[in-house]
Amino acid sequence: MRRYVIKRLAQAAGVLWAAYTVSFLVLNWLPGDPVTAMAGAGMDSGEVDPARLAALRHEYGFDKPVLVQYADHLGRAVRGDFGDAVSTGRPVTSTLADALPQTLQLTGAAMLLAVFLGGGLAIVATYTSQRWLRQVLLSLPPLGVSVPTFWVGLLLVEALSFRLHWFPAFGSDGPRGLVLPALTLAVPTGAQVAQVLAKSLLTALDQAYVETARAKGAGRWRVHVRHALRNASLPALTVVGLLVGQLIAGSVVVETVFSRDGLGRVTAAAVTAQDIPVVQGVVAFGALIFVTTNLVIDLVYPLLDPRIVVASDRRASFA
Amino acid sequence: MRAIPDFRSSRWAALTALTTTGVLLTACGSSSDGSGAGSGAPKSGGTLTFAVGSDSGCVDPQQVGSNESIYSVRQTVDSLTDQDPETGKIVPWLAKSWDVNSDATTFTFHLRSGVTFSDGSELTAQVVKDNFDAVPKLGALGTLAQGYLSGVKSTSVVDPLTVKVTFKQPNAQFLQATSTHTLGIESSASVKKTPQQKCTEGVVGSGPFVLKQYVQNQSITLAKRTGYDWGSSLWSKKGEAYLDKVVFKVVPEAGVRAGSLQSGQVDAISSVGRANEAALKGGQVTLLRRANPGVVFGLGLNNSRPLLKDTKVRQAILAAIDRKQIADTVFPTGTQPATSVLAHTTPDYTDLSTDLSFDSAKAKSLLEGAGWKEGSDGIRVKDGKKLRLTITWFPNAATNQPALELVQQQLKAVGIDVVLQQRQVSEFATTVQSSDFEVVWGNTTRADPDILRTSFSTQLNNSYKLPAGSLDTALSEQAATTETAKRKQLVEEAQKLIVQNAYNVPVVELQTQLAVSKKVHSLDFDSGSRIQLHDTWIG
Repeated sequence: MRRYVIKRLAQAAGVLWAAYTVSFLVLNWLPGDPVTAMAGAGMDSGEVDPARLAALRHEYGFDKPVLVQYADHLGRAVRGDFGDAVSTGRPVTSTLADALPQTLQLTGAAMLLAVFLGGGLAIVATYTSQRWLRQVLLSLPPLGVSVPTFWVGLLLVEALSFRLHWFPAFGSDGPRGLVLPALTLAVPTGAQVAQVLAKSLLTALDQAYVETARAKGAGRWRVHVRHALRNASLPALTVVGLLVGQLIAGSVVVETVFSRDGLGRVTAAAVTAQDIPVVQGVVAFGALIFVTTNLVIDLVYPLLDPRIVVASDRRASFA
Repeated sequence: MRAIPDFRSSRWAALTALTTTGVLLTACGSSSDGSGAGSGAPKSGGTLTFAVGSDSGCVDPQQVGSNESIYSVRQTVDSLTDQDPETGKIVPWLAKSWDVNSDATTFTFHLRSGVTFSDGSELTAQVVKDNFDAVPKLGALGTLAQGYLSGVKSTSVVDPLTVKVTFKQPNAQFLQATSTHTLGIESSASVKKTPQQKCTEGVVGSGPFVLKQYVQNQSITLAKRTGYDWGSSLWSKKGEAYLDKVVFKVVPEAGVRAGSLQSGQVDAISSVGRANEAALKGGQVTLLRRANPGVVFGLGLNNSRPLLKDTKVRQAILAAIDRKQIADTVFPTGTQPATSVLAHTTPDYTDLSTDLSFDSAKAKSLLEGAGWKEGSDGIRVKDGKKLRLTITWFPNAATNQPALELVQQQLKAVGIDVVLQQRQVSEFATTVQSSDFEVVWGNTTRADPDILRTSFSTQLNNSYKLPAGSLDTALSEQAATTETAKRKQLVEEAQKLIVQNAYNVPVVELQTQLAVSKKVHSLDFDSGSRIQLHDTWIG
């Protein structure tokens, strides 16, 4: 078990390092220069003084050889210091930390809605004995996955805010402002939950133990929820873990449409501004969340099913 | 106004506004459908909610360049002077009067007495000196302010209410620069803060509104300064502003901004593009529009490239462009075709519309005369080479691509093949500074004709690689004269030289378009096509 844990931790660290390194290389390789971009803001008044540019480049360390910059930045990143944002001068870490609560609120609410709506849809669809209704319900998740988040958001705003005036169209204040963005983000996520859960529920309902339960005289609803759902929810939970990454990515669009502050907005702004330190921070932070989620899942699995560690250790010893 | 979904990030908007052009900036009041068509007497009180598309991450007037941030922070500071948006005339504000020496190297300002900042400190000559001394030390975001003060030799306190600014060279544009938000006067305590602190915490000004709260990417809240009594001589109301509070909400999505205005969630919105006009028509909404002063949107020609060295080829391009078609098809309603290299809202603008009229027959004969014969595919050929131009552009406004596609069609009609080359917005400054283009699409906003010197003088960066000559003389002489009539004549000469030699191909005037609810009155554009809210009231 210890070996398993160490191996998983090492893997996690490896992924983080790779994410940081690849993003560093890509960002340095891309054309453009954040310092000129920033100073170019003054083009209105004529030429930008090359001496000033050089001074700025020096201030931000962009004048050093790429390898030295890389070593410098990586060393500090390990200690949680990603430098200062070029566009605002604020430390990257506090920029991200300030945006985090908003995004957590949004993604948390979206995840709850997704599980609730997606799970409910899957249960109702597989429970109904009306064939046509089942077909209709089961065709909703593919639709939910394929429509663009951007469009769903605008549709919801148009109907529920501009026409019915139920919720505000933008802003981060208050729980009412959370409803539309969370719903928007929950549509694709919930659709995926529904797809996976419905499929595994249908598979589970064909299993022998379900027949056994039925034979023992359990009611239809009881068999469906207590027996089949319990078994079918494991794959769905795994998917939920993976969807965390998708939710964070989706927040870029949703936070923009609904003018909410958060990591998504910070990311979009940093990318357009070529604010390299912030983009690096976002990449590293995103990788950290993803790696942590997967690490937790990996570490929880053996608790649920001890065979996983055994298998993994055996493979490890062969390697 | 950016391509595809309108995610306007703050930085992006800053770049748009500052660098390239002021896509977002236009403004000044103009049009007759302006707000405030006098229904009833003005009333004090109330809150104005204004949705803008972006937040530049900074609330220091001396550092921000994005129009959408200027709208709010401009209200917190006063300037030494103000500029009449109709006449371009510089008028008193914090300075009661001023003297400029004959070669425009020394500017002496006589300050108004009794002006206080919102921290209680008084406006003195020393405060102004502190401001001007600190500006050159602003960080990267402060380059606009630094440019206005470049070449300053010293700023000195003559007496408690008289301050003198001396330049190494003639600098006639400086007087107009003192009317901008960029040289807005901040309290000495604010000036002492670091540029970053000023950006995030805001500054203490003497303006009609005080910054109450700033939540990055979310909102900027202003409250009325009670006891304010030193407004610009252009404002109609004396004393305090009408509004108690102004809240600027950051709403990046253009459709959400328009819907929020229609549904009454906000009172005014900025950056209204052609696509949103239809949605806003017919409601309780007024569209306000004004052309941005400065160099119009057009084709910046690299005059040193082989094809473009030939005056006839340049003049052919000038004649081959149907400006009206481009303005009417691509840009918001009311956008005017260029009638000079300067927009008509710039002081000393000269109407050169006859030189800029569309004439494809003339274009064709100019090209024939230059030896370019029509090939089998319609593209002209000379010495076995095709007449092909590359236009470099940046996706900083949604109108850029469709406008250039029309330009491409129009030039093709006279036998010029155009390749459109898109580059990243962040490469704009480098591209222009290093003259790394054959033709570049862009504009520059500035409410002073000196922008011609910064753009076209061969003694400065000379991005367009113009030959040295009589244009330089006109440009440097206009910078050195304080005689209005003489300056006007020199600026006119410069515009004629640029247009008649086709050093640059003006295409269309950029226009700032706002939409406001009908209950909002006297929301007026200033000379830079931004807004002043002192006279604004809700009723």
